[in-house]
Amino acid sequence: MRHYKLFHVLAALAIVCLLLSACSPAATPEPTQPPAPPPTEAPAATEPPAATEPEPTEAMEATEPAASGGDKTYVLVPKNLGNPYFDTGNTGAQEAAEELGVTVLYQGSATADATEQIQLINSLIAQNVSGLAISANDADALAPVGQDAMNAGIPVVSWDSSIATEGRMLHINQAEADGIAAVQIQMASDLAGGEGQIAILSATSTAPNQNAWIELMEQELEKPENANLELVATVYGDDQDEKSYNEALGLMQTYPDLKVIIAPTTVGIAAAARAVQDENRVGEVMVTGLGTPNQMREYVKSGASPQFALWNPADLGYLAIYALDALANGTITGQPGDTFTAGKLGEYTVLEDTSVLLGPPTVFDENNIDDFDF
Amino acid sequence: MTVKTLNAARPKLVLAAARYREVGLAFFILILIAAVSLRSPNFLTAANFQNIFLNISILIIVALAQTMVMITKGIDLSVGSMIGLVAMMVSFMIKIYPNFPIPVAVALGMGLGAVLGVFNGLIIAYGKVPPIIATLGTLSVYRGLVFLYSEGTWINAFEMSRTFKLLSKAAPLGLPNLVIFAIVAAVLVFFFLNHTRTGRDIYAVGSNPDAAQYAGIRKQRIIFTVYVLSGIACGLGGVLWASRFESAQTNTALGFELQTVAASIVGGVSTSGGVGTVPGVLLGALLLGIIQNSLTLVRISPFWQLAAQGLLILIAVVTDHLIQRGMQRRSG
Amino acid sequence: MTDTPSPAQKTQRPTLINEFAPRRSFLARFQRWEWMLVALIIAVIFLNSRLSPFFLNGRNISRTSSDFMEMGMMMLPMVFIIISGNIDLSVASNLGMCASFMGWLFNQGVNIWVAALAALLLGMLGGLMNGLLIARLKIPSLVVTLGTFAFFRGVAYVLLGDQAARGYPAAFKYIGQGMLPGTLVPFSVALFALLALIFGLVLHKTTFGRYLFAIGSNQNSSIYSGVPVERIKIIIFTLSGLMAALAGLILAARFGSTRPDIGTGLELSVITAAVLGGVDINGGIGTMPGAVLSLTLIGLMRFGMGLLNIQGQVQGIAIGMLLILSILLPNIIRQTSGTKALLKRQVFWRVLAVAGIFALFFYFFFWSRAPVLAGG
Repeated sequence: MRHYKLFHVLAALAIVCLLLSACSPAATPEPTQPPAPPPTEAPAATEPPAATEPEPTEAMEATEPAASGGDKTYVLVPKNLGNPYFDTGNTGAQEAAEELGVTVLYQGSATADATEQIQLINSLIAQNVSGLAISANDADALAPVGQDAMNAGIPVVSWDSSIATEGRMLHINQAEADGIAAVQIQMASDLAGGEGQIAILSATSTAPNQNAWIELMEQELEKPENANLELVATVYGDDQDEKSYNEALGLMQTYPDLKVIIAPTTVGIAAAARAVQDENRVGEVMVTGLGTPNQMREYVKSGASPQFALWNPADLGYLAIYALDALANGTITGQPGDTFTAGKLGEYTVLEDTSVLLGPPTVFDENNIDDFDF
Repeated sequence: MTVKTLNAARPKLVLAAARYREVGLAFFILILIAAVSLRSPNFLTAANFQNIFLNISILIIVALAQTMVMITKGIDLSVGSMIGLVAMMVSFMIKIYPNFPIPVAVALGMGLGAVLGVFNGLIIAYGKVPPIIATLGTLSVYRGLVFLYSEGTWINAFEMSRTFKLLSKAAPLGLPNLVIFAIVAAVLVFFFLNHTRTGRDIYAVGSNPDAAQYAGIRKQRIIFTVYVLSGIACGLGGVLWASRFESAQTNTALGFELQTVAASIVGGVSTSGGVGTVPGVLLGALLLGIIQNSLTLVRISPFWQLAAQGLLILIAVVTDHLIQRGMQRRSG
Repeated sequence: MTDTPSPAQKTQRPTLINEFAPRRSFLARFQRWEWMLVALIIAVIFLNSRLSPFFLNGRNISRTSSDFMEMGMMMLPMVFIIISGNIDLSVASNLGMCASFMGWLFNQGVNIWVAALAALLLGMLGGLMNGLLIARLKIPSLVVTLGTFAFFRGVAYVLLGDQAARGYPAAFKYIGQGMLPGTLVPFSVALFALLALIFGLVLHKTTFGRYLFAIGSNQNSSIYSGVPVERIKIIIFTLSGLMAALAGLILAARFGSTRPDIGTGLELSVITAAVLGGVDINGGIGTMPGAVLSLTLIGLMRFGMGLLNIQGQVQGIAIGMLLILSILLPNIIRQTSGTKALLKRQVFWRVLAVAGIFALFFYFFFWSRAPVLAGG
C-alpha cells in the first residue's frame, strides 16, 4: 500500500510537471510581435516623476530596480478576444509600438466578462508591466483594480470603453459620445424616412460605452426633429453572435412595423443584418449602427444595412499606446490641458474630463465601403 | 416499482405511464400556445413557428443524445464545449478551402465529435470516473482547446463560403435543412432506442446496471457507446451551428449543456436512469423554444424574460416529477 | 479511492464494517487524498517559482488570493451538500440575486448594512426554497437547482436590469478590498479561514456532520435509524444560500459596484474545487481540509498560469485534466494491478487503436490551424 501511495503521488507530480511545461510556451495570443523579451523578464514598471504624479503612489514592490526608460512592456486589453474590431485596434497599437521602440502585448478574456478581466489585470499587475490600456467590460467593477495598478506604479488608460474616473488616468475616446449617438439617430432617421418604429440592439447590459450612447440616443430622440421616431425596445445581444441574432429575430417578430434596428456594436450589427437577410426583409427593416467595413460589406451591398458608422479602431489603439507611453515617460500627467504628440496622428490635448478625443466618426455606405480594409 | 424485463417489450403499465406523461406535457404546451396567441396574434403564424423550430433544431439533435446518456444514469456536461470546438475546427477548414465539399465538412464534424466522445466514453466507462465529474472536466478541457486551437481568432460570416452557410438555411424540401436534420435525427434515435438490441440495452443498463450485467449485457460497452453518440451529435451540432450563425467564436455554445439537460428533464428523463423517450425530449425542447419565443412576443422586458424562463422550467420539472412519482406510487 | 483499505486505518477497531465506514475520523482519512494535494501544491509552488520571478511575492499572492474567496465560501456548504449525496447548481445565481438585491436596495437609499443584512436573508430564503423542494417534495437536487439556477439569475436581472449599483461606502468596500490592519492578509481571506474552520469542525466533530455522511452513504438506512434527514437537507441548502449571499456581498464589495451578471459561471468552479478536494460525488466521503487544500491548489495553479500569460480558458485545460486524472489514475492503478495478466493482448490492441485515433485528431488539430494563424 505504501508503494501505491508513493506511485500515486509521483504520477500526480509528473502530470503537473507535464501540464505546466506544455502549457507555458503555447498560448500567448500575440499576432504581430516585434522581437521582444517574454513578459517574465519585463523590467519593473516605470514610475512617473513623483513631483507631478497626481495619483497616490505607495512604495514600489518591484522585484527589480526601475528601468532607465529602456524596454517597456505595455499591455493592450480588449473587452474580449477574437472580435475583429479589437484586433484592428491591436494592429494600430503594434504600429505605435514599433515606432516607439516598446513592446505591446495583447491579452484578454474569451468572454466580455468583468470578473475574468479583473483576474487578468491582477495577473498583469503582478508581472509589473509598464502600462495598461484597457477597454472595460464594466466601468465601476474595473475601478478598484485600476486603482490597484496605479498604486503599484503602473499607468492605466482606458480606451474604447471607459473605466470610472478614479480607476484610470486617461480615457482614450473614439469620438464624442453625443456625436456617436447623434450620427446613429441621424442615420436611423434617414433610413426610416423620418418616421416609424426603431429599436436598439446593444452589447452587454453592463457595457459602459454602449450604455452612454444609448442614454444620449434617447435624449437625441426627444428633439423636435425626431418626434416621429419611436423607440420601441432596447435588447441586449451580449456581443455574442447567436444571442444577437436571436434578439434581432425577436425584435422583428414582436414589432412587425419595425423600420430600423440600431446596433451600436460591431457584433450586433452584423448579426442583425444577417437576421434581416435570412428573414427576407431587406428593404422593410433597415439595420444601422456601428460596424466594421469588412464585416458589413456584404450587407451594405445587399441593402440590409445601407449605412453605418465607425471610426478607425487601429487609430484608436495607436493613440492609446502613444498616450500610455507619454504617461509612462512623464511627458504628461493626465491633467486637463496636457498635450502630447501621437506620431502620425498629430498633437492631442487632454480634455476637461481627462479624456482624449480621437476625432469624428465616419459614415460608411455603398459609395465608400470598398475603400477600407478592416 | 414495476418490474422491467430486459429484452422484451416494456410492460404495458410502464408504457401507459410514459404516454400519460407525454400527453400531459403536450397538453401543457397547447395551453401555453393558446394563452400566448391570445396575448399576441403574431404568435400563431407559420413564420413564427418556423423560427421556433429553427431555434430548437440544434437543441433537439444534442438533447436526443443527452437523453440517451441520461437514460444510462449519466450526464454529459461537455456538449457545449464539444460543439464549440467542432464549430471552430470546421470553420477553419471552410475558411482555408472555400470550395470544401459540404458533405465532407459534415462528416468531418461528426468524426471530430466522435473522437471527443470517445475520450469521454473511455474515462467514464472504462476509467470509472463518475460522469458528472468526467464531463465537468472535459467541459473545461475542450473549451480550453478551442482557444488553444484558434488563439482567440473568430471566423466571421464574410470568411465562410456561401455553400456552407446554405447548409442550414437552404430549403430544397420546403423546410430549412436545419429542421430536416433535426427530424431525421429524431427518427433515427427513436428507431435506435425502441427497435434495436443496443437501444433496449441502454434502457436496461440505466434501470438496473447490475442486473443488466448479469443478463449478459456489456455494460461498459453500452456506456461507452452513448458518450460516443453524444460526441457525434455534438459534432453535427457544431457544424450546423457554425453554418446557421455564420460564425465561430471562442465562446460559441457556452452554457448550452444546461439547456440540453433542461430539455431532457422537462421531456421526462429521470435523473435516476432508465426512463426517457424521444417524443418526450422533442416536446421538452419544443416547450423551451416556445417559452423563449413567446416571452419576446408578449413584450415582456428582456430583464423579466430570464426570470420567467427559469420559473417556467422550475414549474415544468416540479410538476412533471410529481406526476411521475404519483404514477410510480400507484403502480408500485 | 473509496474502498481499498489502508493499514493506517487500523487506528480504529479493526472490523470489516469499519473499513468501509464513512471518513468521519479526521486523521484516518487524512492519509491519502489530502497528502496528494499537499504534494501537488508543493510541486506547483516549486515549478512556478522557477518559471516566474513574480510568483513568490507576498503582495501578488495577497492580491490574487482575494480572487478565490467567494468561490471558497460557496464551496464550504457545497462540501456538506455533496457529502449528503446532493448537489447545488444554483449557488452562483443565488449570489447574483442577493448582490443585486442589496444593490437595488442601496440605490433606493437604504443603508448599506441594512441592505446587506436583507441580502443575507434573501439568500437564506432562496436556499430554503431549494431545500423544501428537495426535502419535502423529494425532487432530485440536480433538477431543482437547475431550475433555480435560471430563476435566481432572472430575479437578479429583474432587480437591477441594466442599472448598476455603485458608490458603496468605503467601510463596506473594506470587506472585499481591505487587508487586516498591518498585514498583507485580505479581510476576505481571514473571514474564509474562520468559516472554513467552523464548517470543518461541524463536519468532522459534531453529530450533525456524522449525519451528513450517513445520509450520503445510505439515505434509507439513515431514515430508519432516526436521522432527521428532511430537516438536515433543508438546513444545508439554506446554509448554502446564506453563504452564497455572503459571497455576493464580498464580491460586490470587491468590485465596488454590482450588476446583475455578477458571479456568472462560478457554480462549476465551486463543484470542481469540492470534488478535487476528495469529496465523492456519490456522497458519503470527503473532508474539509481536503476541500480547502484543493481550493489552494486551484488558486495557486491559476495564479501561476496567469503569470505565464496563459489565457484563462486555456488554464481550464489544466484544471479539467487535474480533476479527471485525480480520479482516473487511482482507478486505473487499482484495475491494472488486479487483472494485469489476464487481458494483456486484448487491451494492448485496443489501447493502440485509441491512441491512434487521438494521434490523428491532434495531428489534424495542429495542421489545420496553421494557415489561418499565419495570416490567412
